Amino acid sequence: MSQWEVVIGLETHVQLQTKSKIFSGASTAFGAEPNRQACAVDIALPGVLPVLNREAVVCAIKFGLAVDAAIAPRSVFARKNYFYPDLPKGYQISQYEIPVVLGGGIDIRVSHGGTPSEKRVHLTRAHLEEDAGKSLHEDFHGKTGIDLNRAGTPLLEIVTEPDMGSAAEAVAYAKALHSLVTWIGICDGNMQEGSFRCDANVSVRRPGAPLGTRREVKNLNSFRFLQQAIDYEIGWQINEIEEGRKIVQATVLFDPDTGETRAMRSKEDAHDYRYFPDPDLLPLEISPVWTAEVKRGLPELPAAMQARFERDFGLSTYDAASLTATRANATFFEDCVAAAGKDQAKLCANWVMGELAARLNRDEREVADSPVSATQLAGMVRRVADGTLSSKLAKEVFDALWTGEAADADAVIEARGLKQVSDASAIGPIIDEVLAANPKSVEEFRAGKEKAFNALVGQVMKATKGKANPQQVNDLLRQKLTG
Amino acid sequence: MSLNPEEVRRIARLARLELSDEETGRTGDQLNGILAFIEQLQAVDTAGVAPMAHAMDVVQRLRVDAVTEPDRREAFQAIAPETEAGLYLVPKVIE
Repeated sequence: MSQWEVVIGLETHVQLQTKSKIFSGASTAFGAEPNRQACAVDIALPGVLPVLNREAVVCAIKFGLAVDAAIAPRSVFARKNYFYPDLPKGYQISQYEIPVVLGGGIDIRVSHGGTPSEKRVHLTRAHLEEDAGKSLHEDFHGKTGIDLNRAGTPLLEIVTEPDMGSAAEAVAYAKALHSLVTWIGICDGNMQEGSFRCDANVSVRRPGAPLGTRREVKNLNSFRFLQQAIDYEIGWQINEIEEGRKIVQATVLFDPDTGETRAMRSKEDAHDYRYFPDPDLLPLEISPVWTAEVKRGLPELPAAMQARFERDFGLSTYDAASLTATRANATFFEDCVAAAGKDQAKLCANWVMGELAARLNRDEREVADSPVSATQLAGMVRRVADGTLSSKLAKEVFDALWTGEAADADAVIEARGLKQVSDASAIGPIIDEVLAANPKSVEEFRAGKEKAFNALVGQVMKATKGKANPQQVNDLLRQKLTG
Repeated sequence: MSLNPEEVRRIARLARLELSDEETGRTGDQLNGILAFIEQLQAVDTAGVAPMAHAMDVVQRLRVDAVTEPDRREAFQAIAPETEAGLYLVPKVIE
């Protein structure tokens, strides 16, 4: 692969979280019966006119602010003309020459051969447009069924510069973008329902050579498919060129079943969209006052929060980045620290990223509906911090909280008698018993075998049912053996 | 600038219009007439004039984000050529 350079740009369709459609008052709720949410505007009856949804514009402004882009003071809606049954007007209302958001960028973290590095993916633009309906090709005795519920749903299409050099970078960008749009609340992020879909423009070239011909892989609705589709496409293109064939610009589809991409039947006129300004819509004006008002309503952004976690809580960049991967996760962590105390931030971070994340993952749950609340976790963390619980006992308490056995850590400790024993006068006699019962280990330790020491620690822990403070057991045992 | 018959046929195809040879000739003449007007317009010096997106010098009115449209599927589908299970049926689209 080293003699080939890969160039990737992504176009992402982000479905905006509005109640009604971008140009009509029909509902955007997912899952309705076919055509129950398609009004006269959406199905393009004669004489209807589009009226722009203010909230869709607010979403675009929020996004522009969040990625340091320019918000166009004046942008224009255009008609993109093509014929397809799920596009009843014969054109899609989009933005062409003057989009609402220009420039900006998103920072991604990628690992090159194990070394993490940061990289900024630059954005070309983001524009508002309407979604098309859905075509169902199966089961209608040779006909195609059309559901126009999705027609007119507001989308923000976010276009990057060709800044990514591998499938891993493309996935890192897509994940960062997904996190950001859900963080600022403009998209529900539900990829299965199609709220976040990526098209990848992929080309390869010899280092230093001009850009190669690109092929566009359409409609990738999971990070895994994005990775697979790009990797397959890169391999296919390199192979074509190495075998002496030329890459022809094309739109291709990814088949998740075979893991391959294949060209769509080429429509010779497909890319002649004859854009022109939509005479039904006036230019969209966004004043600096409006932008400032939207800015005041924005939450703290992930990058700022990550920097604050590093600064205020002394967390590593890795920890801070991982805790701010989603807003729900960051909120949980902050609530936990607020309840446990700032000094316990690192311990809270370890539990949130460790045991909690593992359990949520295992049970396929989101942090927002974690059975253990941030306050409960904080209560447990406090008992670890003050020495009441060893980390082993803490796991047991965590389990009990997870299953809802008790309301808080103290109740679990009380009910199960889990208090860690840190009292030398209680541990000392137990150590004596263990030493008396294991003369062989004692002998081996004195002969220089450190392993024998660990075996003795294990015996003491077993005798105390794991409740003895391990550090204290270590200290006392060493004293007795060497003293 | 003027369009040749091949270009006229391509524009008609993009607009899903079926033209006979006679109509292609007539439509071509009409389009070329329009282009001649545009050539006159293009002779005007517009340096320093911002492009216009709309004939009216007003800006877009915005709508509050609220669901205001009731479900009128039955009424809409009563005038559709063919429906089934709530879907509009059209000749098979193959891709």
